[in-house]
Amino acid sequence: MDNRDRDFLKVITMPEQEASGCQEKSTCGSSAGPGEMDPEVWEKVKNHPCYSEEAHHFYARMHVAVAPACNIQCNYCNRKYDCSNESRPGVVSERMTPELAAKKVLAVASEIHQMTVVGIAGAGDSLANPEKTFKTFELISKAAPDIKLCLSTNGLALPDMVDRIADYNVDHVTVTINMVDPEVGERIYPWIYYNKKRWKGRDASKILSERQLQGLEMLTARKILVKVNSVMIPGVNDEHLKAVNREVKRRGAFLHNIMPLISEAEHGTFYGLTGQRGPTAEELKALQDSCEGEMNMMRHCRQCRADAVGLLGEDRSSEFTNEKIESIEIADVVYDLSARESYRQKVEDVRDKERKIKEMLLSGLASSAETESAPAILVAVATAGEGLVNQHFGHAREFQIYEVDAKDAKFVGHRRVDLYCEGGYGEEDSLARITLALSDCVAVLVAKIGGCPKKTLEEAKILGIDKYAYQPIKPSLLSWFAEYVEGVREGKIDPKAATGQTKIRSGAFTAPASGTIPLAVLK
Amino acid sequence: MAYTIVLENCTGCSACEPECPNAAIASTSDGLYEIDPDLCTECIGFFGEAQCTAVCPIDDTCIPDPNLVEDRETLMARKVKLHGE
Repeated sequence: MDNRDRDFLKVITMPEQEASGCQEKSTCGSSAGPGEMDPEVWEKVKNHPCYSEEAHHFYARMHVAVAPACNIQCNYCNRKYDCSNESRPGVVSERMTPELAAKKVLAVASEIHQMTVVGIAGAGDSLANPEKTFKTFELISKAAPDIKLCLSTNGLALPDMVDRIADYNVDHVTVTINMVDPEVGERIYPWIYYNKKRWKGRDASKILSERQLQGLEMLTARKILVKVNSVMIPGVNDEHLKAVNREVKRRGAFLHNIMPLISEAEHGTFYGLTGQRGPTAEELKALQDSCEGEMNMMRHCRQCRADAVGLLGEDRSSEFTNEKIESIEIADVVYDLSARESYRQKVEDVRDKERKIKEMLLSGLASSAETESAPAILVAVATAGEGLVNQHFGHAREFQIYEVDAKDAKFVGHRRVDLYCEGGYGEEDSLARITLALSDCVAVLVAKIGGCPKKTLEEAKILGIDKYAYQPIKPSLLSWFAEYVEGVREGKIDPKAATGQTKIRSGAFTAPASGTIPLAVLK
Repeated sequence: MAYTIVLENCTGCSACEPECPNAAIASTSDGLYEIDPDLCTECIGFFGEAQCTAVCPIDDTCIPDPNLVEDRETLMARKVKLHGE
């Protein structure tokens, strides 16, 4: 154990003794956190799992599918398709009324204290169903005042709705903007319904784009945070999304989320049926990297269902069916505001501790010129939440991917793999699938890993590392980076070449209805 | 001719219901939508195209009912009867 390890462990076990002297929690810290942000903005995003990468380890969200109608057609969407096993935008199992939605929010909030955000994202477009959407917000804000409200829209109706959005204190709006050029748009949107008319071709995209950008400007003028979602469609808008990024940044968007196209033929979408492919993990990351100037890029999106419930990486929607919610007596639901507040305080403490550990590691402990100049590597992490390396390799349904160098461990994405190990034995095929999904990573940090999968991974030049079990992710990665550089220098570790073919499997794992898998709860 | 909704195609998304100028569209007991032919004017006198068809996300779902062919005068007369001149 070197000095760095010793100091690292000391802080984890005795954090109080390492107080950094920073008075104001919410503005002290380092990357991906409050340090780089206007305090007012940080206050808005710090508990929102979709707006803060850090928050998504601790906080959960739910979508209520009260908005079935849509006012545009996108080539990546098929409104006839619905499957409870598939997790992606626009998919829901059941629709619900605003009244049932409010009841569901109360039931979930009393069961899952981590749930801080309720969003309306479909199954159609939230603002194409304004009465249902705003009625839902009204009911929730009365019943559960500490819950943040947000919505997601294609933007066509947005300019007409900004006043009402502001009236309900909706702080976060997501607008899906896939183009700012109607020539690109006509290959994405076959039609829109606007002003009592169906518009097609370039005219449709021209109207849509003008309305989206106008709506974006109106929201940011009112200090409502706007996240822009863009679907990356190779050969259609991939290069063009750099122009989209510039335009939305100029209009004050807070965060840009470039997501991979999902186009499986069995979904029956236009793109699925015509063989339009989605991007590889490398293509997606290259585009996200090139857009990451002054603007925050979101990389932890799971492209979740319009009725998702829980942490982003684990959908519990199947536990909360309409039938179950209807059978609950509302008088039996205990909305324990103080328990929810006490959870949030615990999270604040954990986050604060993590920041201090990381600052200390970066303050020069054991760093060398060699480590400083070493190129960044990608490392996968198995985590069940709380920002810890706390999952068994065989139990991981997804891995988080970090880009690590001497200065930072930056979250750059996730890879969904679902269960490799069920009932205690491994399956050959799924191990091969994981190896492929992590083919651009040099290592995977886990709480535990069996000898056999470890050997198979090593054959693919992916090291299985379990020495950081139950320790915070980012400090562990920074600590391991120095070891990696040393290993390469001594010839013990053979650096690997990029393949460029890492396949993306989208969506979040959906827990089975009988699921006994609890959300990670801070004890 | 009045419009009709092909129930095998209807997803029950409700997009058509608020767009109908005659309030001719209502939900069925199983969550889909149907058009009351006695109230449908094919949007004549209101809009240049049938609104249910213009907004419906599924092709060939809100269609002119082949069994209920009506001429423009009949539809206009219905519009006047429902809404006045």
